[in-house]
Amino acid sequence: MKRFLIASVSCLALAGFARAEDVRVGIEMGFTGPIESLTPPMAQAAELAMKEVSDSGLFLNGAKVVPVRGDETCIDAGAATATAERLVTSDQVSGIIGPTCSGAASAVLTNVAIPNGMVLISPSATSPGLSTIDSKGLFFRTAPSDAREGEILAQIMMERGVKSAAISYTNNDYGKGIASSIQAAFEKQGGKITLSAPHEDGKSDYSAEVGALASAGGDAIVVAGYADQGGAGVVQTVLDTGAFSRFVFPNGMWGESLIAKFGNQIDGAFGDLPGSDDSGAAKLLEMTTAAGINGSATFVPETYDATAIMLLAMQAAGSAKPADYKGKIMDVVNAPGEKIYPGELAKALQILKDGGDVDYVGGSSVEFIGKGESAGSYREVEVENGAMKTVKFH
Amino acid sequence: MDILNALVAFANFVLLPGMTYGCQLALGALGATLVYGILRFSNFAHGDTMAFGTMATILATWGLQAAGVSIAPLPTPLIALPFGFAATVLMVLATDRLVYRPYRNRKVASITLVMTSLGVMFVMGGLVRIFIGVDDRQFADGARFVFTAAQFRTWTGLGETVALRTAQVITIVATAVAVGWLHWFLTRTRTGKSMRAFSDNENLALLSGINPERVVMIVWVLSAMLATLAGVLYGLDKSFRPITYFQLLLPVFAAAVVGGLGNPLGAVPGGFVIAFSEVLFTYSFKKVASYLLPQGWQPEGLLQFLATDYKIAVSFAVLVLVLLFRPTGIFRGKTA
Repeated sequence: MKRFLIASVSCLALAGFARAEDVRVGIEMGFTGPIESLTPPMAQAAELAMKEVSDSGLFLNGAKVVPVRGDETCIDAGAATATAERLVTSDQVSGIIGPTCSGAASAVLTNVAIPNGMVLISPSATSPGLSTIDSKGLFFRTAPSDAREGEILAQIMMERGVKSAAISYTNNDYGKGIASSIQAAFEKQGGKITLSAPHEDGKSDYSAEVGALASAGGDAIVVAGYADQGGAGVVQTVLDTGAFSRFVFPNGMWGESLIAKFGNQIDGAFGDLPGSDDSGAAKLLEMTTAAGINGSATFVPETYDATAIMLLAMQAAGSAKPADYKGKIMDVVNAPGEKIYPGELAKALQILKDGGDVDYVGGSSVEFIGKGESAGSYREVEVENGAMKTVKFH
Repeated sequence: MDILNALVAFANFVLLPGMTYGCQLALGALGATLVYGILRFSNFAHGDTMAFGTMATILATWGLQAAGVSIAPLPTPLIALPFGFAATVLMVLATDRLVYRPYRNRKVASITLVMTSLGVMFVMGGLVRIFIGVDDRQFADGARFVFTAAQFRTWTGLGETVALRTAQVITIVATAVAVGWLHWFLTRTRTGKSMRAFSDNENLALLSGINPERVVMIVWVLSAMLATLAGVLYGLDKSFRPITYFQLLLPVFAAAVVGGLGNPLGAVPGGFVIAFSEVLFTYSFKKVASYLLPQGWQPEGLLQFLATDYKIAVSFAVLVLVLLFRPTGIFRGKTA
């Protein structure tokens, strides 16, 4: 009787061990605060990827992935840190998708991720400053750094024969960052920035700003702002005064409202937008639409990809421990290996299980460079007859 | 040719914007200075009165546009102005009856009235935001330009160009008419003379049989109309946004103080002094200088006194300088 009991108890225990443990993954995003309208579809995209992996039954001996959401608030570094602490210590997550804002990302990285050895994959933090933190191989991002956009834009300007330009940027971290990266890249390629001056959003008169820019001169004006804010005011004043005849717009300016407001008045304006011509983006849009998620929202592909990459790295390492799988992240994202598009996660899990190699492409054509940030693929666009037209991809 | 180019660039970026902005400030300052001259307090609600008047005009404009009324190529808001005037005058008179008059009857100190106007400012700003929202609105229609930059370049073949917008012409003409009429009203009519008498010496005016409540009413009517006109012209030229109108309060008062508070004659040059110092101090003279200076003397720098971010600080600085060296303003105003 005693032996029978011991045998059955140990059998039960063994059975319990044999059933793979669920893997918890944190989704830390700015659910409240300035980007609260962007984050809901992003979090849904992350959960979509987790569901796809769980449903396949191939993940780490049939483990399920359980999402745990946490609010990062975007602007309050203290709150972001506290939420990340909670995710790591009480929810015991194996990795975190997020944080979404650059400020929160750097706070969570230095205060929580590095001390606890936790892996972060941010889908949307774009500040160049994040590349300078010694992350101990724990921080990755599927959104390209703004420095990268500056290089691409400077290259496009050069190709189009713009030798000198004035920059008007919106007076915040995004504007300053993108303006200085454009300036650095443009000057490195032999161009000249005649003046780089800020404009404040939400004013109704930009004649003084445009006057100074016009006096400094240049072949074109780069307006690094927002189409619904001061950026549009600057464009309007430039058009009114005839100060410049060529416009260059980084991605913040390309919105429906820009075309609706100015139409063919800005014919010949050009710039860049994140985007790729791979079939992955279209496939993901189809999947998200079917799942009732707004797939065309900003950073949705990047979020799906961040989640998929984390889970595939776990599969490649055969372990959900950050210390084990962090080294596999670069392997699953970059060549060599079988190209993996959205919706093919089951296939990728099988390949990895069999000891094969994958090259994750996903919805944003992700390719990691440097310490693990997306190289970023950009779409060169221009305005022709009052409509936006894609010229080529970079 | 070079001198012409320099002049054209200067006109495009300094002269025309400065003139237009100066006119708008002058009209705003006139309204504020009239209230100060008669009622002896600085009306902080003046900026939001401008916003209220503009809002009323915009609402009337939408109504007219929906009814298909148009005076193209002139903008529709011009015929909507009378509605704006009426609404603002009613609003301001009601405010006076409900808020200011009880205090006036108790002969409170001027600072109490100033603080009261601060409260009125918040209420009026709130009303504007409730009715029309906080967003930026462009309500100008009709022809945007008298001539565009591209047209000017084709006509003259100059390297530099200048554009003239309809709103700029309307602002300058409307200001000239309004200021001329006001001058005639104050110096030639019986009512105007009684207002000036009241402003000069209240007790003497009362003794000679001037009805104080009537003077007060007329000053509010004038101030409301001037505020509406200033606001609509500013909005036509630039755009309407409640917060910008609140921020206009500072340059408007700077213009009134520089011209001499309470002195209607001074408000106009006051407006131009503030407007042109804002524009001139933040303009980069590089381009103008490069046309005027001989070869080899071409400037490398921007030749700019202050970065454009400091534009608002210029009106502060002028205000402080005037208060330090000539506290009653350039054209002797009244001191409290």
